[in-house]
Amino acid sequence: MKGSVTRSFATARRVLRQLRHDPRTVGLMIIVPCVLETLLRLIYTHRRQAFDQAGAPLLAIFPLMSVFLVTSIALLRERISGTLERLLTTPLGRHELLAGYAIAFGLLATAQAVIVSALTLGPLGLRVRGPSELVVVLAIAVALLGMGLGLLASAFARSEFQVVQFLPATVLPQLLLCGLLVARQRMPAALYGISDALPMSYAVDGMHHLTSKVSADGAILGDIAIVLAFAVGSLVLGAATVKRRTS
Amino acid sequence: MSEPEPKWTVAVPAVSARDVSVRRGEIQALRHVSFEVPPGRLTGLLGPSGSGKSTLIRAIAGVQAAVEGRLTVLGFEPGRAGLRRWLGYMAQSSSVYEDLTVLENLRYFAEIRGAQLGGLLERVGLREQTHQLVRRLSGGQRARVSLAIALLGSPRLLLLDEPTVGLDPLLRRELWRLFGELAGEGATLLISSHVMEEARHCEDLLLLRDGRLLAQLTPDELVAQTSTTDMDEAFVRLIERA
Ligand SMILES: Nc1ncnc2c1ncn2[C@@H]1O[C@H](COP(=O)(O)OP(=O)(O)O)[C@@H](O)[C@H]1O
Ligand SMILES: [Mg+2]
Repeated sequence: MKGSVTRSFATARRVLRQLRHDPRTVGLMIIVPCVLETLLRLIYTHRRQAFDQAGAPLLAIFPLMSVFLVTSIALLRERISGTLERLLTTPLGRHELLAGYAIAFGLLATAQAVIVSALTLGPLGLRVRGPSELVVVLAIAVALLGMGLGLLASAFARSEFQVVQFLPATVLPQLLLCGLLVARQRMPAALYGISDALPMSYAVDGMHHLTSKVSADGAILGDIAIVLAFAVGSLVLGAATVKRRTS
Repeated sequence: MSEPEPKWTVAVPAVSARDVSVRRGEIQALRHVSFEVPPGRLTGLLGPSGSGKSTLIRAIAGVQAAVEGRLTVLGFEPGRAGLRRWLGYMAQSSSVYEDLTVLENLRYFAEIRGAQLGGLLERVGLREQTHQLVRRLSGGQRARVSLAIALLGSPRLLLLDEPTVGLDPLLRRELWRLFGELAGEGATLLISSHVMEEARHCEDLLLLRDGRLLAQLTPDELVAQTSTTDMDEAFVRLIERA
């Protein structure tokens, strides 16, 4: 048990060290969302209501995209370079490896969420009624979902070109259906049904609950729980693609 | 967890293969190979490129799928959790993190193995590269980082896939001396090479060709049986006789 914790944290430190050698990626992960929220605020200069409506869901979408990309590429590199195979010949277990990644990317997503939401809720003036810490909690849940999906994508890609194509393939349909463009209730019944089965719908619902006039803490926690359940599901599926024996 | 734990003992062969075959896609990479690797010795796995050396080492390391026949390490199925702490595996590709420094790579693998770095970087001649990013190293230097990682924690069984390829002759000689020392300290080494000349440095030889085991013998026996001290020529004569 103690060894297991040591190995997971050693892995998290190693992943964070790799990111430290790549400050540009980390910088982009934080600066791009800030620029986009600022842009949105400028677009909606005279429509504060519309900014609240669109700016809040975006806070849940950034961690999904960022963590999806870093996870899928990091794991693809581990698979291609042979480091994954080497790790699996050591006492490090698969679940310890993935726990290490989850710790590292969870911290990264927390940093991103704290900075981006501080800007968006502060100077940009996005109005949330619910507790603003929940924005960060929801972002972490979404980041873990992004990690699970990225892990899955890394198993089905042979190159970095391929793996980035999984982002539009898995994330864009969810963005179209999650209620960002058209409220989910106003979509055709079939699409509404599909959107009910997609995790991002609950992430965006959660953000909407945070900005809605009536306080709805219970509903937000429910949304967070559902996103977390999807995250765990995708991580379990993704873990099954990390095989000790390959052909 | 009531299964018996693997114990390291000189009474059991380190590796035992009975009729082992491996298919990789369309190719039969190993065909009915049988042998035993004695513990505490330096065994060379020699054969031309494509003869199945890497496949065999991967199978023993427990990372090769579709292994048929009976292959055991210390009497246990390869890859078992209890075996992994005994094992040091160096794959043919470097398998190191290019975006970390040499020291950061070693520290990470040392942490997950619960091992100390000791003087490993000196032993593989990488002291001056300690703080360099692996991405900026030459191929031979990367291979040595990979070797150092395999040596962490003094594993009892070392599986090294072409560890001396592309190194300068002086360094190659030093590494073979190091391998000999490790065997002297009680480790079991299985080292592959496609350079027949390297057979001289080994105590035992497994000769592979086309996925088949041509012979298992000592270098002296090879010389005696083929009446030549030229290792390439000895290999050719063995093939002709088979
Ligand atoms: N990933 C793979 N998929 C299919 N065939 C492979 C793969 N790797 C190696 N082979 C084939 O298996 C045979 C043995 O290869 P290998 O074990 O790498 O030989 P060696 O290490 O002696 O050069 C070769 O014919 C090679 O082409
Ligand atoms: Mg090979």
